[in-house]
Amino acid sequence: MKALRKFLDKKKPLFQKGGKFAKLQSSFEAFETFLYVPNITSHSGTHIKDAIDLKRTMSVVVLALIPALLFGIYNTGYQHFLSLGKEVLASTPLMDICIYGLIEILPIIVVSYVVGLGIEFAFAQMRGHQVNEGFLVSGMLIPLIMPVGAPLWMVAVSTAFAVVIGKEVFGGTGMNIWNPALVARAFFFFAYPSKMSGDIVWIADKADSFSGATPLAHAATLVDATGEAATSIYTQHLSNVWDMFVGLIPGSIGETSTIAILIGAVILIASGIGSWKIMASVFVGGYTMGAIFNLVGANAYMELIPAWQHLIMGGFAFGAVFMATDPVSAAQTARGKIIYGFLIGFLAVLIRVMNAGFPEAMMLAILLMNTFAPLIDHYVIQGNIKRRLKRVKVNA
Amino acid sequence: MSDKEPLFSAKNRKLLTNPLGSDNPITIQVLGICSALAVTAKLEPAVVMTISVMAVLALANVIVSLLRNTIPSRIRIIVQLVIVAALVILVDQILKAFAYDVSKQLSVFVGLIITNCIIMGRLEAFALGNRPWPAFLDGIGNAAGYGIILVIVAFFRELLGSGTLYGFKVIPQAFYDMGYQNNGLMILPPMALITVGIIIWVQRSRNKALIES
Repeated sequence: MKALRKFLDKKKPLFQKGGKFAKLQSSFEAFETFLYVPNITSHSGTHIKDAIDLKRTMSVVVLALIPALLFGIYNTGYQHFLSLGKEVLASTPLMDICIYGLIEILPIIVVSYVVGLGIEFAFAQMRGHQVNEGFLVSGMLIPLIMPVGAPLWMVAVSTAFAVVIGKEVFGGTGMNIWNPALVARAFFFFAYPSKMSGDIVWIADKADSFSGATPLAHAATLVDATGEAATSIYTQHLSNVWDMFVGLIPGSIGETSTIAILIGAVILIASGIGSWKIMASVFVGGYTMGAIFNLVGANAYMELIPAWQHLIMGGFAFGAVFMATDPVSAAQTARGKIIYGFLIGFLAVLIRVMNAGFPEAMMLAILLMNTFAPLIDHYVIQGNIKRRLKRVKVNA
Repeated sequence: MSDKEPLFSAKNRKLLTNPLGSDNPITIQVLGICSALAVTAKLEPAVVMTISVMAVLALANVIVSLLRNTIPSRIRIIVQLVIVAALVILVDQILKAFAYDVSKQLSVFVGLIITNCIIMGRLEAFALGNRPWPAFLDGIGNAAGYGIILVIVAFFRELLGSGTLYGFKVIPQAFYDMGYQNNGLMILPPMALITVGIIIWVQRSRNKALIES
């Protein structure tokens, strides 16, 4: 470690004003502060002292994503071998399953980071800014919400779109209106629908006869099904709740396992980085809407899917824990967070059930509420001001 | 006509060239956005739309300019509307007669030229206070400035969204065989908005004088 520090100190003058590579200063600084906590302190005004900074915050989020990632790798292999037959799966050692998953998923992660960070560095250089840290998390989130078989160039285009249009046009990390990772997914979803929906994309290289639809896609078919047909769809594809909770179902890479996501949630809440208010209210919102649908029961989807099952299907849990809590695009006020979260869950289930065209509604719900988050904050603050003004008048 | 000036004096030339760049109706004045989003999924409708707007705007400018001293200012908007509406109907009928397919593609948007803010904007801002010839040039210039953005947007949307240009296939089949896919989002209206945004971004970063504080 000391050698590394020495090496950095030796090279530093080259990148400072007057040095040979002065133009690349922000790139150098990005690497240096990534490796070491910067020793620069502010000189004026009052500052809250805390050991944590943006890069450390991001590292914790990436850490929280690791369980979902590891499970995603395992599940990719598991789904592949399962599609070849139960016997094949039983006779394949765990190691092979994981290696298969790794080979499928690693390129997507590499592409996402290389493209995203490349653009971030280019923009930082061009504008003479410091390199933004935000992409450390987005770069990990993007692969986790991609379908397993996503072609790499599509991942690259989506990532580039998300970084440029989702973030850099607004001024970089901290200024974006929407969650960049979700912008990447939304772009992918609308630009290349054939690679993001249907039942062919969720399992890597599967046997032809095997249906690879996600539980959500099966559930969407319930809307038009009645009586016997509906019950059989449910018992065949949707009744294995335990698999759904553990995550042994087809779906985007990181979103299938509710357990792995909950581990991440515990890390985020324990470290104080993710807001438990948002997470909890998203789940409450989703449950409420699910319960309303259960009461209405207008079609088989509303009737057969219990409210709590919505919370473990598709990307609901992943969105609630990792996407909705993005500190930049979420609501900032305490009461705003609860309203924001509740509406995300509420809308996600609403869109999911009412519009069969968008079975994965969590993405749309979060993006929509991202848009409204500043408005919610505005009214919460105004309400607070009004309330306190009233108190002043009473006292006077 | 005491101050006789040449037809293409420097001032008149400016009327033609300014709207193409630093005074563009779409990217600078941000007028006429709705039709720019609606008709730019393909190049052909974009070009036909440009020509239609050019015809309507140039003629309306000339007519209003000729009548400018006789129109009572309190009812001028109605008079302008009548003139524009008559021209739009004319253009619409001509399109239906000679270019039926395109006119079907443009559907309601030819009729909606009448609500295009650029037209009312130019009539109010320029034709009412200038002689017919400059008004004509101003109409041509602004319609061209509008058209150039339409064509740029339509170029990228058609190329990336459908793999064609003006209906001709330009992306070779070999690309598709290798796994290339048309970008479905490009066909959807939001992408037109984003493309216009990118054009504005590029234009303003090249010409710093355009950046508002």
